Amino acid sequence: MHELALAESVVSAVLERTGGQHVSVVRLRVGRMAGVVPDALTFCFELAAAGTPLAGAALEIEDEAGRAHCRTCGSDFAMADQFLLCDCGSADVELLSGRELTVASVEVA
Amino acid sequence: MCATCGCGESDVRLTTVDPADEHDQSHSHGHGHDHSHGHAHGHGHEHDADEQLRTHTLDLEVAVLAKNDRLAATNRAWFEAHGVTALNLMSSPGAGKTTLLERTITSSSRAVSVIEGDQETLFDAERIRAAGARAVQVNTGAGCHLDAAMVARAMADLRPADGSIVVVENVGNLVCPAMFDLGEQRKVVVISVTEGDDKPLKYPHMFAAADLVVVNKTDLLPYVDFDPERLTRDARRLNPDVRVIAVSAKTGENLDEWLTWLS
Repeated sequence: MHELALAESVVSAVLERTGGQHVSVVRLRVGRMAGVVPDALTFCFELAAAGTPLAGAALEIEDEAGRAHCRTCGSDFAMADQFLLCDCGSADVELLSGRELTVASVEVA
Repeated sequence: MCATCGCGESDVRLTTVDPADEHDQSHSHGHGHDHSHGHAHGHGHEHDADEQLRTHTLDLEVAVLAKNDRLAATNRAWFEAHGVTALNLMSSPGAGKTTLLERTITSSSRAVSVIEGDQETLFDAERIRAAGARAVQVNTGAGCHLDAAMVARAMADLRPADGSIVVVENVGNLVCPAMFDLGEQRKVVVISVTEGDDKPLKYPHMFAAADLVVVNKTDLLPYVDFDPERLTRDARRLNPDVRVIAVSAKTGENLDEWLTWLS
């Protein structure tokens, strides 16, 4: 349940930049390879935000697809799972996206 | 437990055990984390339609773990400046991390000290002390992993010698510790043969993050259905360059390969 710690980090990262302003929406980008369960993060966010200027804020999570580049055949492809394996059979694959865990923006009053 | 989120951070306790000491230097540190426990703001106005219109978007584009990553970078810079090799040792509970460390302490040519992460008890730090090394036990309470701030606090007590090896034995858990950079140079995952050879596919994030996989308890291979080749193959499907070393920390089988990797 590292989502508890992540939710706290979200609150802390937002507060560092918004100070005491009331925040009504927090938008995250979460990569599919990031090892985060969005439902668990949403649940924990409500707890972490309680008693702060983020209390009651909606958490909007944008899913970021996993994409990779094959160094053998040169193609870029979508990752269906965690396996770094190209259709050409090569495992010499570089992950381009999908591990992101970013606070994109917030709505402040 | 932390009043904000129940993460157990405020329960974090550090205890230093030293082979030279008769008694533990037990002391609790204060809550080192900024949880930003905000106070209730009395908004003296109604949340009406006007306020809705007055909200505006603030682009932040900040990594959720930016704070942990900054602290980890500070830890890493300290390790490098002092010639200290720092490892983050992770596994499920009971895979044999502490036994591997006991062997390492008695066999390594370089001095070893240990940061022990467990939810409760000083059992592992006591074992490290009995093996002859200094240890700081971090008890995380309800927390399921160590973070860079906990390691920074533990390092202040551990005070490792220049050029030595520091091993951070993470909380036994194949899930959460994979996400948190502690500032280590290498991540090591220990998997014991009794756990089964299917673990890389079941816990892909942990194996994807590892620099080395240590397969432990090879002395039990005759008694269990564990295919070391399958484990290696699956780990490399997730992490093509990962090195795999099979040992028995109990009997000492193939420990030289681990010690060579370490040095």
